[in-house]
Amino acid sequence: MLAKTIQVNSGGKEKNTYDAIVIGSGISGGWATKELCELGLKTLVLERGRDVQHLKDYPTMMKKPWELPHRGRMSNQFLKENPLISKAAGFGEDTAHFFIEDKDHPYVQDKPFDWIRGYQLGGKSLIWGRACQRWSKYEFEAPAKLGYGIDWPIRYEDVAPWYSHVEKFIGVCGNKDGIESMPDGEFLPPFEFNCVEKHVKQTLLKEYKNRFLVQGRWAHLSQPNEIHLKQGRGQCQARNLCMRGCPYGSYFSSNSTTLPWAAKTGNLTMRPFSVVHSIIYDELKEKATGVRIIDSKTKEVTEYFSRIIFLNASALNSNLVLLNSTSNRFPNGLGNDNDTLGKYIGFHLYRGFVNASFEGFTDKYYYVRNPTEGILANYRNLGKQEMDYVGGFTTFSAAYRTRASQPADKPQLGADYKDAISKPGPWEMYMYMQGETVPKKTNHVRLSETEKDQWGIPLLVTSVGYDDNDEKMVKDFLEQSQEMLTKAGGKILNAIDNKQPPGLDIHEMGGVRMGRDPKTSMLNQWNQLHHCKNVFVTDGACMTSTGNQSPSILYMTLTARAANHAVEEMKKGNL
Amino acid sequence: MNRREALAATATLLGVTITGAQIFLNGCSPAEKNIRSLNDIDTNLLDEIGDTILPESAASPGAKVARIGEFMKTIVADCYSEIEQKTFVDGINNLMILCRETYNDNFTNLPTEKRLELLTKLDTEASAFNQSKKEEEPDHYFSMIKQLTLWGYFTSEPGATKALRYVPIPGRYDGCIDYTGEPAWLY
Repeated sequence: MLAKTIQVNSGGKEKNTYDAIVIGSGISGGWATKELCELGLKTLVLERGRDVQHLKDYPTMMKKPWELPHRGRMSNQFLKENPLISKAAGFGEDTAHFFIEDKDHPYVQDKPFDWIRGYQLGGKSLIWGRACQRWSKYEFEAPAKLGYGIDWPIRYEDVAPWYSHVEKFIGVCGNKDGIESMPDGEFLPPFEFNCVEKHVKQTLLKEYKNRFLVQGRWAHLSQPNEIHLKQGRGQCQARNLCMRGCPYGSYFSSNSTTLPWAAKTGNLTMRPFSVVHSIIYDELKEKATGVRIIDSKTKEVTEYFSRIIFLNASALNSNLVLLNSTSNRFPNGLGNDNDTLGKYIGFHLYRGFVNASFEGFTDKYYYVRNPTEGILANYRNLGKQEMDYVGGFTTFSAAYRTRASQPADKPQLGADYKDAISKPGPWEMYMYMQGETVPKKTNHVRLSETEKDQWGIPLLVTSVGYDDNDEKMVKDFLEQSQEMLTKAGGKILNAIDNKQPPGLDIHEMGGVRMGRDPKTSMLNQWNQLHHCKNVFVTDGACMTSTGNQSPSILYMTLTARAANHAVEEMKKGNL
Repeated sequence: MNRREALAATATLLGVTITGAQIFLNGCSPAEKNIRSLNDIDTNLLDEIGDTILPESAASPGAKVARIGEFMKTIVADCYSEIEQKTFVDGINNLMILCRETYNDNFTNLPTEKRLELLTKLDTEASAFNQSKKEEEPDHYFSMIKQLTLWGYFTSEPGATKALRYVPIPGRYDGCIDYTGEPAWLY
């Protein structure tokens, strides 16, 4: 409940009324915004963080290494004050401004869980990993078929055309490989494999029946099409400094692509610094009527109204918003008649890492930097139960030349030493895993009953941990990856289970899952709350199971599909 | 290990009598000022140490050109923990003392071969120390100096562009090209 002392500034209901409100401007919120604006809806985007304009607000994008005061490293004081966020992939002196600071956004951990957040316009779309594989039919079917979850209300065929819709717009490079476990998409030209990657790919084809190492499918404009040029984006220059913001707009982000595109329609209003308190439910109309926000700077409360609401606050924050949206009708959170809200949280297993050195190939090199990584498509439990665990894993992999070292019997300092270590050294190749986890009721988030944030909103409690299935999968990954690299002639250097807490994968999912049955799920096949149909949840919170593919493009796909459905239903008078 | 023990151990390795070190500790007046903090450290001394580790060669300039001393001081001040800072400052003191004990002169006055001789001994000592130290203990101070020198040099403009190859805007990626002895890419 809001404190009584806070004045609600209604601002005049008419002035604050839109056709649609989108909560969050990250990768899925940006897509909801783009689709809804294009379809003619006056759309308000509520973003809790600051404004970040493409190019203008990328302060480090052109910095050379020596122009960063600490050459990328954060100060000791910052690390001491920010043990959480400084662990995030890609976090450093050149990108820190796109991540939160720990003290500003506390949460409560029942079990260790690293919740990585980027609160600004564009959200984490500025700092995402950019891998864009499609889910296969196996992933949609497996949980129900193999008995480790409820059934998805959709199948691959339902999303395939929407994958195409998204891929064509954002631009995804990749090769058409014809693999069943990782379907082809609408690809721009792929980045090449180097000689060791080619060698390992061939070895795997020879040694195994179903292990396909393919070129990265990444959201880069390797060769822009007309639509991308219209967006004002240009060809990827292979700098591989994406997370600073791209001067060419070559990788996809909300900031470079969907938000400016939406703005061009004239239908977009953006309100940064807007922390969503709750969604307003009207018990007479039996639907949501708007969103209550707190201005993050002035703490002023304002209500905005609309016919439909897209909730894209990021997986766990969308859970938080629904849990905090209570009414007489929904005392346990909006749409939560079955007590599944906040439950069945999943994530991706990122614990396994293996690398190996390779002799030879020293007459070969590559030209500068590959902004993608190779993908070894999942080869476990495809359509049938084969292992002593459920689910599968994707493996990311790349080979590179290390820097040379000076032979041990020669001086380890001086001019010869310097010249020696300035040369490329032996080849190495790494593999790391992205494994499916099983969403369980016990892995959940809830609201703290005692602690609140600086805006008076209850803190989120995370109670998410590993299970035996995860342990078995990590073990299998480590064994198989060592075997594959060894068969290809590699000498294993490391095979590590890093035991990192869940969350650091930044692939947290679920809590507001889709399903066929309103008794066991929160959302229907169109991402509508079963019990409050004008609220759509299309970010990671909607995930019924985690699959093993990088999820962002599926969120975009489900969002585009849901937004088009919403507008059709509005036209029919159903919403 | 406290500073006195470290000094003694180092002195032994260098073949200098422990007594000599103790005399110094007991008040033998140094030619150079004793260092109490990072600010006291002469940037020029760090430049010369860095330039001994990575000197000018036919292929590329040395670490001094990359202003390595200034870089070391910035990183130690901002990015090192207190215990690491102390190890670094004590280490520089130690190096200055050893230098005077061994060569009866300041490091910056030594000819190249004497500098190399001293730092090679410290490098060997540091490797041995790092292998036997407890995990939570900071690295040997000379390892810090060497790491900072390598990191700072190869990410500096002269190091990145003359010793290595730095291409800010490659424009493309080629997966497989012939290699005929060129420097490595910066990254």
